[in-house]
Amino acid sequence: MLEYIDKIKEISTRLLTEKKVDIIIGFRKGTLPMSNEPCFAKNAEDIKSFVWDSNCGINLANYLPNRKEKIGIIAKGCDSRNIVTHIIENKIKRDQLVIIGVPCKGMIDRKKISDMFEKEITEVTEKQGKITVKGNGVEKTIEKSKVLQENCAICIHRNPVIYDELAAEKVEEQKNVDRYEDVRKVEAMTPEDKWKYFDNLLENCIRCYACRNACPLCYCPTCFVDEAKPQWVGKSQDPTDTRTFHFLRAFHCAGRCTDCGACVRACPMGINVRAFTKKLEKDCFELFNWEAGLSMDERPPLDTFKPTDPDEFIK
Amino acid sequence: MGIEPGRIQFSWISSAESTKFVQVVNEVTKTIKALGPNKNFVKRPVAETVSKVA
Ligand code: SF4
Ligand code: SF4
Repeated sequence: MLEYIDKIKEISTRLLTEKKVDIIIGFRKGTLPMSNEPCFAKNAEDIKSFVWDSNCGINLANYLPNRKEKIGIIAKGCDSRNIVTHIIENKIKRDQLVIIGVPCKGMIDRKKISDMFEKEITEVTEKQGKITVKGNGVEKTIEKSKVLQENCAICIHRNPVIYDELAAEKVEEQKNVDRYEDVRKVEAMTPEDKWKYFDNLLENCIRCYACRNACPLCYCPTCFVDEAKPQWVGKSQDPTDTRTFHFLRAFHCAGRCTDCGACVRACPMGINVRAFTKKLEKDCFELFNWEAGLSMDERPPLDTFKPTDPDEFIK
Repeated sequence: MGIEPGRIQFSWISSAESTKFVQVVNEVTKTIKALGPNKNFVKRPVAETVSKVA
């Protein structure tokens, strides 16, 4: 993956100097290891700080809604699917975008890695599928495949679905992955156990809304949790309010979520936010044969009606 | 998400189907009464929360 960066920089510099776009949204190194941050490059000089490695898990599609200028954007498989979603939801126009597709081999889970070390990690490097972690006198090399973000480990759309330029050869898609093992476990629980499961899951939530802010789908001008007139949901950390926030947000993402994992990555409390959206993602797949962001020509299941839509739940 | 089956029900009833409406409402009432009061998604009264914390 590291070798992609030269090509990314080359394409980006060309697009900017030929004035095909006004800005390019990519990644630069963050202040902490394993936390690359978005970078809005306006000239060839800015491009120099661009990086590409296994720490580019943030979903850059999040920075597109309602922008007016011409934008170049670096897109992994999941980012590209969220870009498609933005286009069909009229949040950005296709002809405003030059998409630089990056075939992805998975991003690493920084929480998994930092949990392996007691001391502070000062440097993380990677080479040929191996991650080397250094910090305070310790050094350890781990297989990248062991520390992938959970959503990347089960991803079957690593290649961008739309792009104007490609930064590398397409990668082979993963086959025979069981994408819904975790959802099936929850589905099999009794109602009481399900209730407990979500109670435990949300125990540590501080309602910072980092998950919502990192999600490309959460672009409402005023989120229902911030509204005061009327106030739909309490603003405290009462478990009922916290639960209402998470379940409602998940339903707002139904048929739109690409399982990019940006919400999980953003959570400072290590909560698996995907546990809420994933059931809906599975339902959309099984009931409507729908996976978000794969096609520009089809309307999402929740904004169309087909006589063949499943309706067994209606008596 | 932990809500008992039967507590939420969906039905298509045309404005002309008054008998079906009555029938459905009666059935829903019956099932829900059998399930008892909802315990989930109910905010605990302040007094109860305080006594738990104390
Ligand atoms: S980012 Fe984590 S702690 Fe913050 S609101 Fe979301 S789930 Fe809760
Ligand atoms: S809900 Fe989470 S996984 Fe789904 S699109 Fe939003 S950030 Fe990505």
